[in-house]
Amino acid sequence: MATEAPRTEVELPLDDPRALSAVSLIWREAHLLDARRYDDWDGLWAEGGEYVVPIDREATDFASRLNLVYDDDRMRRMRVERLTGGFSISAAAAARTVRSVSRFVVTGREEDTIEVCSAQILVGYKREETFVLAADVTHRILFGTDGPRIARKIVRLVNSEDAVTASGFLL
Amino acid sequence: MTHPYSSLVESDRVAGTLYTDPALFEREMDRIFHRTWVWVAHESEIAKAGDFKMAWVGRRPVIVSRDRRGGINVLLNRCRHRGASVCETPKGNGNGFTCPYHAWSYALDGTLRGIPYPEGYEDVVEKKDLPLQRLKVGSYAGMVFASFSEDIEPLEDFLGGARLWIDRFMKQGAGYPIKVQGEHRFRFNGNWKIQLENTTDWYHFPIVHRSWMASVDAETASMLSIMTDESAVTHALGNGHSVSISVQEHADLDVDDGTEKLQDRFSHIVEELSKDKDMPPEKIRRIVRSLHGAGFNLNLFPNVAMSMSFFRVLRPVSVTETEIRHVALGLDGGPEIVNRERLRIHEHFQGPFGFGSPDDAEAWNRVQRGVAGGIDMPILVNRGLGREKPNDLGQPTSHATDETGMREAYDMWKRMMTDGN
Repeated sequence: MATEAPRTEVELPLDDPRALSAVSLIWREAHLLDARRYDDWDGLWAEGGEYVVPIDREATDFASRLNLVYDDDRMRRMRVERLTGGFSISAAAAARTVRSVSRFVVTGREEDTIEVCSAQILVGYKREETFVLAADVTHRILFGTDGPRIARKIVRLVNSEDAVTASGFLL
Repeated sequence: MTHPYSSLVESDRVAGTLYTDPALFEREMDRIFHRTWVWVAHESEIAKAGDFKMAWVGRRPVIVSRDRRGGINVLLNRCRHRGASVCETPKGNGNGFTCPYHAWSYALDGTLRGIPYPEGYEDVVEKKDLPLQRLKVGSYAGMVFASFSEDIEPLEDFLGGARLWIDRFMKQGAGYPIKVQGEHRFRFNGNWKIQLENTTDWYHFPIVHRSWMASVDAETASMLSIMTDESAVTHALGNGHSVSISVQEHADLDVDDGTEKLQDRFSHIVEELSKDKDMPPEKIRRIVRSLHGAGFNLNLFPNVAMSMSFFRVLRPVSVTETEIRHVALGLDGGPEIVNRERLRIHEHFQGPFGFGSPDDAEAWNRVQRGVAGGIDMPILVNRGLGREKPNDLGQPTSHATDETGMREAYDMWKRMMTDGN
């Protein structure tokens, strides 16, 4: 299944209820992240889920290179613990974020999974400073017995190879 | 007569204006960054002929290149014609650099090779007179430094007492050369010296990095029980450099009395490497003992630190803005599983989404904001003054949580800012 940002025009197949279900899940995820409800966010993931913010936007083999985030279940849960545990001064003083996710296209469909690419614009605010982070996002959504879950999420920031501003929140 | 800048740095305190005064910042660029040796690259980043990378010396953009004869060049990234940058590719391989404006082209060593439509320059320009501005280049143990000053002291003299520790740092290669595996970049709203102070400041570590400590296994955390470990010391190495030892048994990775138990978290690596017939158990042990890098942080004045298993490079952007690069290191030609593990360790702590760097950046931002609120109050760098003693090399030495390294850096700062006029 393709994981790159789509190079050809692909429609959102409105006749496939899984597409709408996936988009709904992605919007719910954005809402939980902006609300910093990280425990709830963790519940959106399928077991074995992979969460990646690469530095190289063209990368597909993440394991062999340096990433901003490259989490398996264990690392993701530790990350949630860090953000909610009260020991991190940057998490305690995290920027407020408001993000919109749109420009959905479906780039892959298999029996139990669907892959959706989207654009994410995040506006952050902290201490008199407002900043913007833009990213191409790819979600692989798994439809199992307990409903749709995130099996893989790749966030390709437009400025991933430059100095990235981040302040105690997740993409 | 006392120099007007002398009073800004005393043996136990520095003025708050050191973080806030734009005029001081301008003088620092001139007197420090544009005169001394500034780190620009590791040789593995420009390993082959034609390799190049962009870098900075203070606020001036430069290109570091490897020419066809194997020489390393550091060139000001500015066309001699009308001043355009001749390179905007962060790293790559090529034959030279061509200005996009009027296509003046330069060789990898900066020689001006071609001027299009040269008729207008007959009897006006000699190409040999207009190479890209070349900086003086020095290299030690793969670390490449550059200087705008032609008559600067030799790099080895400048590094002085730090060379022993650079050599020891490179032992984390466990017999393989060190190579750069990638880097994280982020900025913070604060003066560059706030970060300069941080590298040999173990006092902040268990406080700022509580959340990281909570996320690693007990063995890793206990390796860093610095506050109560009397063997954790800082040495002032001269010329602004300092080293702070956090894990004494890893200060020289070639020394192994066999008592250290390998960490359970790396047992999958031992298992994998053991499948290789050419990998004797002692070599595996040597590699695994090096996975966290060296057991110390080395601060090289003014812009690079060698810490655990990475380089930390600072770039002053403005008096209140600094860019940081955390350069991940691996073993050149070493086992893939080892290099991957080192990448994962790096990602865990470093970068804008790491478990450590964002907390450092928050603390540094808070210093800048707080200092501006009490500009007449001094910054204290007096921790451990009462217990600082010379070691057998005569280097001022104190506990790793003491501020010996900062005092050394500010002593150099004062010397450079007040030398001559």
